[in-house]
Amino acid sequence: MMFEPFQRLTSRTIVLSQENIDTDQIIPARFLTTTSKEGLGQSVFFDWRYNTEGRLRNDSPLDGFAPSEFEILVAGPNFGCGSSREHAPWALSDFGFRAVVSSDIADIFKSNALKNGLLPVEVDKKTHQQLMKTPGAEVTIDLESQTVRIGHDWQTVFEVEAFARRCLLDGVDPLGHLIKQLPTIEAYERRRDEL
Amino acid sequence: MNNRQSLFDKLWEQHIVVPETPESPAVLYIDLHLVHEVTSPQAFTVLAERGVKVRRPDLTIATLDHSTPTLPANENGELPYATPAAKEQVETLIENCAHHNIRLLGLGDPDRGIVHVIGPELGLTQPGKTVVCGDSHTSTHGAFGALAFGIGTTEVGHVLASQCVLQRKPKSMRIVCDGELQPGVAAKDLALAIIAEIGADGGQGFAIEFAGETVRTLSMEGRMTLCNMSIEAGARFGMVAPDETTFEWVAGREYAPKGEALEKAINDWKVLASDEDADFDKEIKIDASAIAPMVTFGVSPDAAAPVDSEMPAAQSNVEQHAAEYMKFDPQQPFSANAVDRVFIGSCTNSRLSDLRSAAAIMRGRKVKDGVVALVVPGSESIKREAEAENLHTVFIEAGAEWREPGCSMCIAMNGDQGLPGELVVSTSNRNFIGRQGKGVRTVLASPATAAASAIEGRIADPRKYLEAGNDV
Repeated sequence: MMFEPFQRLTSRTIVLSQENIDTDQIIPARFLTTTSKEGLGQSVFFDWRYNTEGRLRNDSPLDGFAPSEFEILVAGPNFGCGSSREHAPWALSDFGFRAVVSSDIADIFKSNALKNGLLPVEVDKKTHQQLMKTPGAEVTIDLESQTVRIGHDWQTVFEVEAFARRCLLDGVDPLGHLIKQLPTIEAYERRRDEL
Repeated sequence: MNNRQSLFDKLWEQHIVVPETPESPAVLYIDLHLVHEVTSPQAFTVLAERGVKVRRPDLTIATLDHSTPTLPANENGELPYATPAAKEQVETLIENCAHHNIRLLGLGDPDRGIVHVIGPELGLTQPGKTVVCGDSHTSTHGAFGALAFGIGTTEVGHVLASQCVLQRKPKSMRIVCDGELQPGVAAKDLALAIIAEIGADGGQGFAIEFAGETVRTLSMEGRMTLCNMSIEAGARFGMVAPDETTFEWVAGREYAPKGEALEKAINDWKVLASDEDADFDKEIKIDASAIAPMVTFGVSPDAAAPVDSEMPAAQSNVEQHAAEYMKFDPQQPFSANAVDRVFIGSCTNSRLSDLRSAAAIMRGRKVKDGVVALVVPGSESIKREAEAENLHTVFIEAGAEWREPGCSMCIAMNGDQGLPGELVVSTSNRNFIGRQGKGVRTVLASPATAAASAIEGRIADPRKYLEAGNDV
């Protein structure tokens, strides 16, 4: 199965500077009763964006602009901690984000995001601080060279798991890779059965 | 194979189908795949789109727990679902399981319950196995010396289709707990004390082995509580080496090996423990004898302190923001805070020993006027066992509600939740903002502390209720 490849992204940033933004903030559990991946963007950070009557408050950094111009979310450390719900990256992607940048991103969130074309980027503390204090900055994320550039005079590199990077660059999903391993998986099962 | 392997190294090595390389993660074999209604529908959709079948329905088992009501059906047999979507989600799993020949412990099944309660209960969870579930608290099963971890929905699809996941080996951490837990101090308190010590991201990128004399003397229920909370320190994997306590617990359960097969299995399980000189990337020591009953006071599980202490002054903007949300005044004892609701349940603390510990405090006492107390057993089986001991009578006579099994107020997606501004003392695992309902303030605690708080109507120390026969 093919996805839109992720190679290079230039966009402006939205900053949510809080530490430990957990998946219950990203998408509250009451929206998890869906059986599809679609349409979760409208519920992203719902309790931060809507009042108790369900009206948009319009005072969140996430509202009052064209999402297509702001495809990079910069967040405080330990972003995406908490549950394994893949609804969190689905919701962020559906809202319009294509990358999340932090100094420290939670494991399961990172793994889920990589499988959904949402690039989790962990940068050094100095770069993170620079991004945190310049909301709206124009940032370029190049996955091929694994670099993040802020404006014209700030550039740094980031790490990303090699296989997930390849899948994103080529726009392929890893299930195909696993299905190709089926003969090896069957051989493993036979070996175990003989023990 | 070298003789300096940790439990984790051994479990990992035994399940490698294709080894890890710089270019790709290991293909890791999965022995048990647990499925529930919330994180599976989109995975089944991907299978349908690709025309792929579930490869090993015999290694897959499903239950209904997150979206299911904990109130019984009405006279027409209709369950009070929170929303039509919740009902549809339940029906979707029923259809998917029927279509793919997966055993579903569905509504009305005597073995239904919270996914991390029923796996061990049925003997499905065993030492040496790899266990996954689309749920971050899958680390619970690590209590048996299993390699158990939470996965996302895409990976649920991978396991359904191939019985494998792609995974790079994380670093290893050993947390050695020595010293005897004091009376009134439970595994939950130990877990909260560890998380407070290492931080909500202290275990990120690590597989944690809990070791030491304190852990060896914990019951299986206690070990499950401890491993369950690993993810609240950021670790996907938490585990305890299997020992006699483990073997005794597993033996005789429905899916456990029987007779000679059990003897052979126990011999295999005995060698899983970490070698004496095993290497760990990080090691932490905890003096368990110094731990008091713990409560959380913020919006992250690492904001935890002894129940008899006072609200610490905020040291950062984050802590300030958390203190404002919690409405706890600095320097005030925690016991100054009035409680609106108490929740006893969840995959962390809904097992029989948890219910006994809460009942020991509630017996012959009354829940404070105005406090709503919910007791939700982890499974149908626990419900039956508790009722056979008349624990339900203790709760009901105290003025608490005795409900049907499920995740209930831990994730608050089935309609069981608090109201904005309410303070809930909860035996669950997460105190995130809004986790138990929009605007709800959550205090995490042990079943004994939750029960004591229900009685007093404020955050309360369970130790004052300790008396002969009150085993908390």
